[in-house]
Amino acid sequence: MAKPMNMRDKYNRMTRDLGWEPSYQPKSKIYPQIEFEGIKIENWEQWEDPFRLTMDAYWKYQAEKERKLYAVIDSFAQNNGQLNITDARYVNALKLFLTGISPAEYSAHRGFSMVGRAFPGVGAQVACQMQAVDELRHVQTQVHTISHYNKYFNGFQDFRHMHDRVWYLSVPKSFFEDAQTAGPFEFITAISFSFEYVLTNLLFMPFMSGAAFNGDMATVTFGFSAQSDEARHMTLGLEVIKFMLQQHPDNVPIVQRWIDKWFWRGYRLLSLVAMMMDYMLPKRVMSWKEAWEMYFEQNGGALFEDLARYGIRMPKYWEVSVQEKDHLSHQTWATFYNYGHAAAFHTWMPDAEEMAWLAAKYPDSFDRWYRPRYEHWIAQEKAGHRFYNPSLPMLCQTCQIPMLYTDMDDPTQVVYRSTEYQGEKYHFCSDGCKDIFEHEPEKYVQAWLPVNQIYQGHCGGATVPEVLNWYHLRDGQDNRDYLYSEDRQNWLRWKEASSQLETT
Amino acid sequence: MSVKALYDYPVVPKDTVEQFHGNQLVFIGWDQHLMFCSPIALPLPPALPFAALVEQVLTDAYGQHPEFTRIDWSRVEWLLDGQPFTPNPVAGLRDNGIGHKSVIRFRTPGLNGIAGSGS
Amino acid sequence: MANNMVYLALQNNEDARPIIEAIAEDNPHATINHYPAMVKIDAPGRLTVKRASVEEKLGRDWDPQEIQINLISISGNVVESEEEFAVERLS
Repeated sequence: MAKPMNMRDKYNRMTRDLGWEPSYQPKSKIYPQIEFEGIKIENWEQWEDPFRLTMDAYWKYQAEKERKLYAVIDSFAQNNGQLNITDARYVNALKLFLTGISPAEYSAHRGFSMVGRAFPGVGAQVACQMQAVDELRHVQTQVHTISHYNKYFNGFQDFRHMHDRVWYLSVPKSFFEDAQTAGPFEFITAISFSFEYVLTNLLFMPFMSGAAFNGDMATVTFGFSAQSDEARHMTLGLEVIKFMLQQHPDNVPIVQRWIDKWFWRGYRLLSLVAMMMDYMLPKRVMSWKEAWEMYFEQNGGALFEDLARYGIRMPKYWEVSVQEKDHLSHQTWATFYNYGHAAAFHTWMPDAEEMAWLAAKYPDSFDRWYRPRYEHWIAQEKAGHRFYNPSLPMLCQTCQIPMLYTDMDDPTQVVYRSTEYQGEKYHFCSDGCKDIFEHEPEKYVQAWLPVNQIYQGHCGGATVPEVLNWYHLRDGQDNRDYLYSEDRQNWLRWKEASSQLETT
Repeated sequence: MSVKALYDYPVVPKDTVEQFHGNQLVFIGWDQHLMFCSPIALPLPPALPFAALVEQVLTDAYGQHPEFTRIDWSRVEWLLDGQPFTPNPVAGLRDNGIGHKSVIRFRTPGLNGIAGSGS
Repeated sequence: MANNMVYLALQNNEDARPIIEAIAEDNPHATINHYPAMVKIDAPGRLTVKRASVEEKLGRDWDPQEIQINLISISGNVVESEEEFAVERLS
């Protein structure tokens, strides 16, 4: 009997050896996208996949992950798991996640299919193909969860349609479209390195742990199952960066600029996660500030110390992200409270106990800047005037988020940045977003900014009800304050019914 | 800098003034009043007198704030695109130098937001 | 002081328990942190998961690649061989 192949031989046979030298077309025609970004690759054979995962092993492990995952999702559905969550308010975090992130997983699937085709190296092609399949799996598992929750709660009914139209969903949508319309090396730096390696831990780890803490085992399971692929994706992201940096010194400044850009874009996108963690989980695991310290300052810091040997420094404006950690979640939540009548999930004010938690976690900011605003809003609501902002917000041209961020030297002052390009004014929430625009203005002048599109007459009409209708958002059902929501009424009814069942 | 592309990359700005049916886009922010989470965007006629902007538009936008009725408009400090600015109340927006996508900010000395929090 | 921390995060379930125990025994410099549904193991420099130790706990053959099934996240450079799965810092 032949001696079994060792891991490295097996990986080489089942990946590298799948490639061939083309004979009747030049490589430049087969891989036309590989040079225009300026990245120079001397030798694709030097690509190392630290996981050395071959397709046969990939299918075996993925099949096992799927079996475990669907067993939990099935039992969650069969046992009415939605009744065991801590509170129906929690479901709103899930609405935001499943309408904002799940379509983004699909965008990632498409993106990795494209870059897998664009790269000439077999090792990179196989790794990208695996990730493309992973991302499709993530969307599918999340759609099953949407399907279950949609039977009991509002806001889940048309996530695909909403993703292309709803104002705040343009934030993740435009983020991925920016990456997909870049070249293959920028795409993989954006998604595999900056987003997956540096930032997705913030999305999956504290948030999924939070889902577990709040009794949502369906979400924990798809979340951690997705994250188990993420460890491989992160490794791919780090490998891609090291590979580019080792191949040619000219690559270093290009890669650094991409890291700067995509760190900032990803960090802005995580504003949504910050508010989920601090405001939308009835039982909280850790604050956004603590999570940023643990996952970015500590682990990100160690990562960039490793990369210093290749000439890479920390992403530009990382200091701003550290200064903003005391404010980010409060400012974002206040924005959704302002526009709760136009969101496909409910908003609310924290109760006294929750405000005490916020004050304890944010001793330098909460009581001074945010509590007075909230107490005013609560008083207004009690008097029958729940506050909604009657005007549409000014958006940042790059991240498409309302201009809600303030100057860390004066947290009461909104940051205004602007530039002119070909005689037209453009506005930004930050220096980070302004830099990104100025590097590629042709790209961002085309931004489909939801507010401006409404005023141009492209979104169903000029009034809020007409726009909501165009979003497929049911006014009075999917939106507005949790206090008056059908979700809350149903929840109280179900809990009462189940407690009566238990006592009889 | 400019975008790197495999082909001649067209420049197609999406928000030019012609797209707004005779209006121009104007951004307005009331400094230190973050009860309104961000500046606002409004499509307004270029001939709208500045006084009408204050009396109608700002009242609709900011009237819910407890300090709004206490504003002494003669003491308000205006900024147009980041520069100090003295509006002519009878002139229209365009004649006041307010262009498409200009930012008008106003500061109300002595009114520092709810409980002095800048809200 | 240089920051050279690495971590492995695993699901807190029956399959992962022997792996976590093996890591704890083989990496006395590591700190084991329990969170809802998740165990995060932090250490300076390097964390090693040894095939032999996990097999000893499990009482069956175990391929270090199997760790992927219950792995949630990592920080550090992956080093993988037939005998172990490790994450480490370069410096």
